[in-house]
Amino acid sequence: MRIFFDPEILAAAWPGIRSGIGVTLGLALSSIAAGVALGLVLATVRALIRGAPLRPVGGLIAGYADVFRAMPPLVLLVVLYFAAPFAGIELSGFMAAFVALGLVLGASAEEIFWAGITSVNRGQWEAALSTGLSRGEAFRRVVLPQAVRLTIPPLTNRAIATGKNTALASVVAVPDVLNQAASVQAQTASPAPLLLAAGVYLALFLPLVRIGRWLETRFHIR
Amino acid sequence: MSEFFQTFLNLEVMRESSGLLLRGLWVTVQACLIVVPGGLLFGAGLSLAQTLAPAWGTRALSWGVDVVRAFPPLVLLVLVVHGLPFLGIEPPPLLGVGIALTINTSTYYGEILRAGILSIEPTQWEAARSTGLGTAATLRHVILPQGVRNVLPDLAGNTLEAVKLTSLASVVALPDLLRMARVAQGVHFNPSPLILAALLYLALLWPLVRLIRRLGGRAVLPA
Repeated sequence: MRIFFDPEILAAAWPGIRSGIGVTLGLALSSIAAGVALGLVLATVRALIRGAPLRPVGGLIAGYADVFRAMPPLVLLVVLYFAAPFAGIELSGFMAAFVALGLVLGASAEEIFWAGITSVNRGQWEAALSTGLSRGEAFRRVVLPQAVRLTIPPLTNRAIATGKNTALASVVAVPDVLNQAASVQAQTASPAPLLLAAGVYLALFLPLVRIGRWLETRFHIR
Repeated sequence: MSEFFQTFLNLEVMRESSGLLLRGLWVTVQACLIVVPGGLLFGAGLSLAQTLAPAWGTRALSWGVDVVRAFPPLVLLVLVVHGLPFLGIEPPPLLGVGIALTINTSTYYGEILRAGILSIEPTQWEAARSTGLGTAATLRHVILPQGVRNVLPDLAGNTLEAVKLTSLASVVALPDLLRMARVAQGVHFNPSPLILAALLYLALLWPLVRLIRRLGGRAVLPA
């Protein structure tokens, strides 16, 4: 048992893991913010475009959502980090992870917002337009507020998944919680740092997973 | 433009590395053949246990599921693959990956199947029981056929996630598609194998994404 909880090794691993918590949280929050913003913008564009010349834009957005749903996030991250430099695009590990996680979350967020928007009754659009609101105003003041209510539980779940996926960044040498633990583990040949890291992830994400479950039952989305 | 093709879609490099990539693809397929049926099996067990257990048991199981879900899959994978040997258990790499990812994905399959079971009206239970069917027969002949059908799109969606998850195996040195693409990239000092691997993942999973849409699946599954 001692090998799993060696206090000396745990003490040696803690400073690195503690600094890793900041990196994990920073990466999680920034890519969640970027992904949700990207999804909202794309869904808005898709909802507001009309007329023949712009029709393909909606198809492109749907195609983007499909492609990034089919692509494993780690494959995307590895391509961004290891292949993009050949095109002269040198991303740091953190930036590559931020872009990869943001693009993946952006695709699912777009889907979620789009599903919310299309679930709002057509009559709401018509009523809003007939009171003299412009399309943009009708969207922003009438349709979107009703759509967003429906998006909260699935969006929360995707955001949590994105937070957990920050652990992938350890693969491209971002000093996050997992990366810090793995490097101490390599030096000490002890599993203790990994268990400490696992405890940190549990403390960070268990409350969020519980909240996500509560939101799902609360809003009855199943 | 031709320089771009030379770099990223170099056919010669792709042809030379195709052997490696195919070997990697086969390992990826093997991992899927462990993780998807394994996840379904344990998920089914989990959902039945949650359905049949007394209230406190169901609550305990749901906490257990959430604890597993709180770990990033990669952390679970690293824990199993690098942690088990310290307990004197050294499974072959493919099996280690299979165990870790099955643990993760079975919690999702389990919750989906449970939602399917819960989607069936209690009156169906009562009617079936009143005809003399036992609990097991009611589940098998009445509840599960309808319940599973109700959540078919979500099951397909989680299968997509499970297949994507197998790319993590490359991190613990399993020679899967992604790993072999990195090896080939190192050999040729050219990113074309990586691009080819990404395209292979797309070719593998795009039809599944379309199928899920056809089934009317939710775009997004729980975390």
